[in-house]
Amino acid sequence: MKSEGSALRLRGLTKRFDRLAVDALDLTVRTGEFYALVGPNGAGKTTTLRMVAGLLKPDAGSVAILGIDALVEPVAAKQVMAWISDEPMIYDKLTPLEYLEFVGGLWGIEPEASQASAHELLASLGLGPHLNERCEGFSKGMRQKVALAGALVHDPRLIILDEPLTGLDAVSARHVKGLLSERVRAGCTVIMTTHILEVAERMADRIGVIAAGRLVAEGTLTELRQQNGHTDTSLEDLFIALVDVKAEAA
Amino acid sequence: MSSATALTWFARHELRLAWREWLAMMTGGRRKRTRAAIIGLIVFAAIMHLPAWAVIGRYADVRSPLDKTSAIVLTSMIFLAFALMLSQAIESVTRVFYARADLDLIMSSPAKLANVFSIRIAAIALTVSGMALVLSIPFVDVLVLEGGARWLAAFGVVIAVGVSAAAFAIAITIGLFRLIGPARTRLIAQILAAIIGAGFVIALQIAAILSYGTLSRFAVLTSDAAAGYAPEADSILWWPARAALGDVGTLLLLLSASLMLLGVVMTIFAPRFADTAARAAAHAIAGRQGRGVRGFRQGSRQQALRRKEFLLLARDPWLMSQTLMQLLYLVPPALFLWRSFSDSSTAIVLITPVIVMAAGQLSGGLAWLTISGEDAADLVATAPLSPTSVIRAKIEVVLIAIGAVFTPLVAALAFLNPLQATVTASFVLIGAISATAIQLWFRVQAKRSQFRRRQTSSRLATFAEAFTSIGWAATAALALSIPVAAIISGALTAAILATTWKLSPRRA
Repeated sequence: MKSEGSALRLRGLTKRFDRLAVDALDLTVRTGEFYALVGPNGAGKTTTLRMVAGLLKPDAGSVAILGIDALVEPVAAKQVMAWISDEPMIYDKLTPLEYLEFVGGLWGIEPEASQASAHELLASLGLGPHLNERCEGFSKGMRQKVALAGALVHDPRLIILDEPLTGLDAVSARHVKGLLSERVRAGCTVIMTTHILEVAERMADRIGVIAAGRLVAEGTLTELRQQNGHTDTSLEDLFIALVDVKAEAA
Repeated sequence: MSSATALTWFARHELRLAWREWLAMMTGGRRKRTRAAIIGLIVFAAIMHLPAWAVIGRYADVRSPLDKTSAIVLTSMIFLAFALMLSQAIESVTRVFYARADLDLIMSSPAKLANVFSIRIAAIALTVSGMALVLSIPFVDVLVLEGGARWLAAFGVVIAVGVSAAAFAIAITIGLFRLIGPARTRLIAQILAAIIGAGFVIALQIAAILSYGTLSRFAVLTSDAAAGYAPEADSILWWPARAALGDVGTLLLLLSASLMLLGVVMTIFAPRFADTAARAAAHAIAGRQGRGVRGFRQGSRQQALRRKEFLLLARDPWLMSQTLMQLLYLVPPALFLWRSFSDSSTAIVLITPVIVMAAGQLSGGLAWLTISGEDAADLVATAPLSPTSVIRAKIEVVLIAIGAVFTPLVAALAFLNPLQATVTASFVLIGAISATAIQLWFRVQAKRSQFRRRQTSSRLATFAEAFTSIGWAATAALALSIPVAAIISGALTAAILATTWKLSPRRA
């Protein structure tokens, strides 16, 4: 289910630390789209997404989430969005259910709705037997699943994930991919950074390649191939070619 | 590498780790500050000579043979040092089991674990004794300056006491593991450390209040009754006191006995250390069961935040032990309060500063845990709440918790003296707000588990928190006794707070 409205619209987004991390980035992600942002280490992917999530203040530019200006109305923008980082941050002393109850409360979800959703999500991620165990003994993969369930429990319309498959085993990764695809089919927008190009190739409707803080290429896999004059190339080869060109240009 | 060489190498590694941990604690983790930290430490040690002189100076002329009262006082002081060292050693041993990141590496290495852990036990003993030696310098200095070089033997007593404390701590902690299992040992050991650290002083105060109606612990130690119960001068009980006075033979006996005790503990417990550490690690992996399934609760977003904070505070073993310690320190004033019902003593004014100070200290800890110690900072930052609402909810948690702890005491005080109760309640609130504000101005993103190092993130915040606590406590006491002086004291404390705010890092 695709609509033509934009779920995310970035214009001239800029962030400088010691060096320029994001360089006047323009990016549009359509509603109901699965968008993968790929790029080499230090390209500015995480910085971009952290600015979108409201965790970092941009030096310049604008961020619009489902038509809401996130820099002017941050609370309204956060209400429709979920953020998951590669390092799952959850509370060791809470159980997965308690954690999801807390997240539901923060987003102001009716307890009945969030409770039903919490049970369903945790069960679908294979955490059913651990509902009432404190998270302190969980593996990184289990913690990542709890964080993911927390992000989905308030039924966001835009999900932003930074390397969500890090630390997950093959079965868990398939669970997560299935869950995200399901959300996209239901009309939700997913933006994900990943180093696993195969995942981007298989799951994403469109792929954005970012290097040195700028979007160097964007489109479906076929469009990316056409843009680069290759018809039968893997995303990995395309990625390396694009990033190399950018590095040479720099 | 031969076995002996490997052990020497591991001992060097342990000492280097201990040194760097200590240095990081002193410098706040910033290497450039080493010189400033050393100068600060020297200045602090120099200043400490004054209170040391006030406390211990009058005993510098004591010589052998000891009269009973002097023997009791000296032995009690040494026992107090032992209790504090034991408390610190229990904390160190617990940390080795639960928090040291290198256990996996060590246990998966081909090294002989019994030997490796023997060295780790020795390192704990050395660290505890080393720290005690540093802290004892002002006291022993005063005794040497006032009473002669014979008092240098007191350093030997400190070493013997430190080594014995480490040995006892290891036996107690591993004993707890065997008795109650790894799940409860962490909490119980921390509570035990708090009780041991504070228990002796509190017990003396309680005895003094019950017998002599005073908060002074010396009242019991110097009483005829204590002298009446004390054993004769040749008793083994006075050995530490005699050794401290320069009796070299007794000092050597003490040192030998403590080293022998540590050797026995190493022989018995080093092979079990690995097993105990493995069980602690297995416990962390297994996790703990929370409450059973129940319905999600209704409430506002701020309520959800407050509920989460209360739940985490209630499940925090460090906080439990610290709160218990604060409450233990409040037992003597509470008892004093109860005694004062019958004899309307004016000395009851003394309990106000104790309560105010305890409230300030506890608030500082609570505020750090709720404001800086946010484990899921990204989640809270991306939630649809304004940062002000988040901070307000967290401050409310600190104030509610402080209210819950101190309201019963203030209420009891209100029956005896409503004015004093009002002053106490006001300054508890002011102290709590000050401590919370300082934590707010100096907040840094950290994990709750990093609480032990909270003081190292900003020395300024640490000192400001301590000085404002003391300042408000003094102001409260003066408000009840010399109101004009209270205005000056209050203004000074407010000035400290204002200066701290001025020097605090800018918040975005």
